[in-house]
Amino acid sequence: MNANELTIAAARDALRKREISAVDLTMACLTAIDAGDALNAFVHKTPEIALDQARAADERLKGEAPDLCGIPLGIKDLFCTKGVPSQAASGILKGFKPEYESTVTSKLFDAGAVMLGKLNMDEFAMGSSNETSVYGNAVNPWKVDDRKLTPGGSSGGSAAAVAADLCLGATGTDTGGSIRQPAAFTGITGIKPTYGRVSRWGIVAFASSLDQAGPMTKSVRDAAILLQAMSGHDPKDSTSADIPVPDFEAALTGDIRGKKIGIPKEYRMDGMPAEIDALWAQGIAMMKDAGAEIVDISLPHTKYALPTYYVIAPAEASSNLARYDGVRYGHRAKLAAGDGITDMYEKTRAEGFGPEVQRRIMVGTYVLSAGFYDAYYNRARKVRALIKRDFEQVFAAGVDAILTPATPSSAFGLGEMANADPVEMYLNDVFTVTVNLAGLPGVSVPVGLDSKGLPLGLQLIGRPWDEAGLLNHAHVLERAAGFVAKPAKWW
Amino acid sequence: MLDLTYEAPKPKVIAGAKHDWELVIGMEIHAQVASQSKLFSGASTQVGSEPNSNVAFVDAAMPGMLPVINEFCVAQAVRSGLGLKAAINLRSAFDRKNYFYPDLPQGYQISQLYHPIVGEGEVLVEMGPGIARKVRIERIHLEQDAGKSIHDMDPAMSFVDFNRTGVALMEIVSRPDIRGPEEAAAYVAKLRQILRYLGTCDGNMQNGNLRADVNVSICRPGQYEKYQATQDFSHLGTRCEIKNMNSLRFIQQAIEYEARRQIAIVEDGGKVDQETRLYDPDKGETRSMRSKEEAHDYRYFPCPDLLPLEIEQAWVDEIAASMPELPDAKKARFMGDFGLTDYDANVLTAEVANAAFFEEVAQGRDGKQAANWVINELFGRLNKEGLSIAETPVSSAQLGGVIDLIAKGEISGKMAKDLFEILWTEGGEPSEQAAKHGMKQVTDLGAIEAALDALMAANPDQVEKARANARLAGWFTGQVLKATGGKANPAVVGQMVNQKLGL
Repeated sequence: MNANELTIAAARDALRKREISAVDLTMACLTAIDAGDALNAFVHKTPEIALDQARAADERLKGEAPDLCGIPLGIKDLFCTKGVPSQAASGILKGFKPEYESTVTSKLFDAGAVMLGKLNMDEFAMGSSNETSVYGNAVNPWKVDDRKLTPGGSSGGSAAAVAADLCLGATGTDTGGSIRQPAAFTGITGIKPTYGRVSRWGIVAFASSLDQAGPMTKSVRDAAILLQAMSGHDPKDSTSADIPVPDFEAALTGDIRGKKIGIPKEYRMDGMPAEIDALWAQGIAMMKDAGAEIVDISLPHTKYALPTYYVIAPAEASSNLARYDGVRYGHRAKLAAGDGITDMYEKTRAEGFGPEVQRRIMVGTYVLSAGFYDAYYNRARKVRALIKRDFEQVFAAGVDAILTPATPSSAFGLGEMANADPVEMYLNDVFTVTVNLAGLPGVSVPVGLDSKGLPLGLQLIGRPWDEAGLLNHAHVLERAAGFVAKPAKWW
Repeated sequence: MLDLTYEAPKPKVIAGAKHDWELVIGMEIHAQVASQSKLFSGASTQVGSEPNSNVAFVDAAMPGMLPVINEFCVAQAVRSGLGLKAAINLRSAFDRKNYFYPDLPQGYQISQLYHPIVGEGEVLVEMGPGIARKVRIERIHLEQDAGKSIHDMDPAMSFVDFNRTGVALMEIVSRPDIRGPEEAAAYVAKLRQILRYLGTCDGNMQNGNLRADVNVSICRPGQYEKYQATQDFSHLGTRCEIKNMNSLRFIQQAIEYEARRQIAIVEDGGKVDQETRLYDPDKGETRSMRSKEEAHDYRYFPCPDLLPLEIEQAWVDEIAASMPELPDAKKARFMGDFGLTDYDANVLTAEVANAAFFEEVAQGRDGKQAANWVINELFGRLNKEGLSIAETPVSSAQLGGVIDLIAKGEISGKMAKDLFEILWTEGGEPSEQAAKHGMKQVTDLGAIEAALDALMAANPDQVEKARANARLAGWFTGQVLKATGGKANPAVVGQMVNQKLGL
């Protein structure tokens, strides 16, 4: 086994037993990254930074050191990393190198983590296939025939890199499913924490009221370790919660006896593939076998979640992305003689933003405009409150976690959706967006392979701020599923 | 304290070619919050810094940067609200006002459209003794200022200075209760005075720290009363908004011009278009900036980066407990306690520092006399020299000392003015300076008596005449004053002359 194939937990122990050094571990990852260019997961490699950090970690490991000390990670391009290109996979941020470090990456590096580079993603985290990236799509390491498959999106590079063992773990962000869907498509674990658990400071904003960062890892235990280091109150983010962060790893007792698992009937959708239904049934059985009580629940406003999401997210995005105007940083269009400021805006934004981002800016601008605000944005806010209330009522009735499919299908082929109605692509988020709208924690756990041999995941949704309990449920599901499959190396 | 009652002033009436017309004016005052740092960042608000030197990452709208509310600015808004007798909203919220402009790096201004921090209040605007307009305040909200675009430094390029970007503003919105250009200027002056008393805005209009958008419409006499009774705007004319005025004089000129422009349109059978206009002080006219159709669609929505702003009543009470005495109360107290005239009380309370100076001078002395000296001598001289009260070379203790010397009869009023001049240029303790410059009046009775005795002995005829006709006694007083070089106290001399002559 190569060192880059280790889990974070295993590497943590090996580093402390001196079985391996942080430098060796980092070198193993850097070698794997270079050999994995076909996956197009890393869009900026930072080997010098990685080796400097690894050497410092080795020094630190001589004494007491945090869990993440010496652990090589990939960082989604949405995170601002000081002095390192941070472009949100967009042409409009061409050449942008922040003079500041995001709170999450600061915390990780303070804990001794090693940055291998920046990971591919959909442009501004808008997409479910990584195909909107200015760098071209990342590729799923899972492959069953000639077709190259999407790793999912928007955190596709993160998912591909972790699944292909290019790194031990990665950061992702999730606005409507951008951690959980790619995790499910690549057979790894990804958790979106409760809104406010992880600071958004220094993460390029997509939809501020929905965005949350979280870990993407090879195991639930790794997710607990990485989430621990990412979490905590940040006075620089007004929406970050000032509440204590429990010990997530210590919560992984494997005991969920007597816990109530809710199965929402509204998630059993028409036309859902039998394989997904079967996987869900397996998951239910696993939880039941572990001693949990299975209860049927109703989340009646679920059917409005997707349209609600696709009003609120573009509305916020249209405003959040107004700052990319070519005035201060990033791309500025070449202007013709006589061009004024409006020409500069129009040309810069037309050249800098890809079609999906432009579509969402236009949708968002429309739903906020005078005369349409009440019909769209305001109504969506009200529905959002109802969706949130659905969950509150279920949790108030004693449900500890909710089990649903993570995605409506396994990974699809790259380019297959190119001519589809954009709404077809948006349907990928159908099981995940509710969680963002309600601000809840949700985790995707790999549970099995479909008939083609591609990974499928299930989603567990937890009570607000109960990532500890949620991860324990995920841990039980993970053990019961015994998902150990790895993609056959073709790259 | 006096309880002052006021009558409302008559609205301004402009005679058109066909009818008489009245004006209806509402204002939005943008007052920069007096604060060391910006509304959502720690960057300095220092004026006159190098361009783009007071800019935090969030002010420049760098990717991923987030706003964090400045508690002091919130306190200042609450203090301002309390000063305008307004309701304080314990829960308010921030919204984004979206538009593109290079001096607005975020592409939106964070403001409070739907839930402002301060609700309804009122301002009393005096238009003469016993006459005042009560102007209702609709709301005060907190918002970010924009930066500055500079178009005249280079023929081909424009530049942007973000120093001002994100500085906290209070937008103070009035109801359309102002009825003439003079009232409008007086309203701005009164607001400015209150904010300066509160220390929540320095009121520097030249720097743009206090500027006004003025909404003007015209109506026929009687219509406004219908509006007031129903609050139905359809009784009023279509309004035009004159943007960004930072001079009381221009505000008056602009309103006057705008009203006449609207009257001419309506009397010609036309319709006033609702639009935004700018005042050109060089030409003395307003011109259209953008029409209603061209008006921006600001796409306001709640700012998702900021939670609703919740403050506690106890905190508001704490601020209320630390409120200074405000102009109206101070004026009433000065009139009641010191017996000042309306005019003098207005002058002395115009600025809090002036009022404080006066109070130090008046303390334990005659209030009216103190007011005369402060207003006529001190303010007159300060004005002439272009100095502020903070720069006065004559302190309140010194001026009080001068007044004390007059009261004790040691110097005459004329001498006091000379002494004031000496204190202005040389400084020093008033009594010592008076002595040093030989100003003290001779009240040594022995010296006066000796001079009078000698005079009476030398002029027995005059003594006889004066005893027969008391009006001639003044001759002796004059002669004694002359003999003592003008330093004898005339009252004392006169008294002794009467006594010696047996009058």
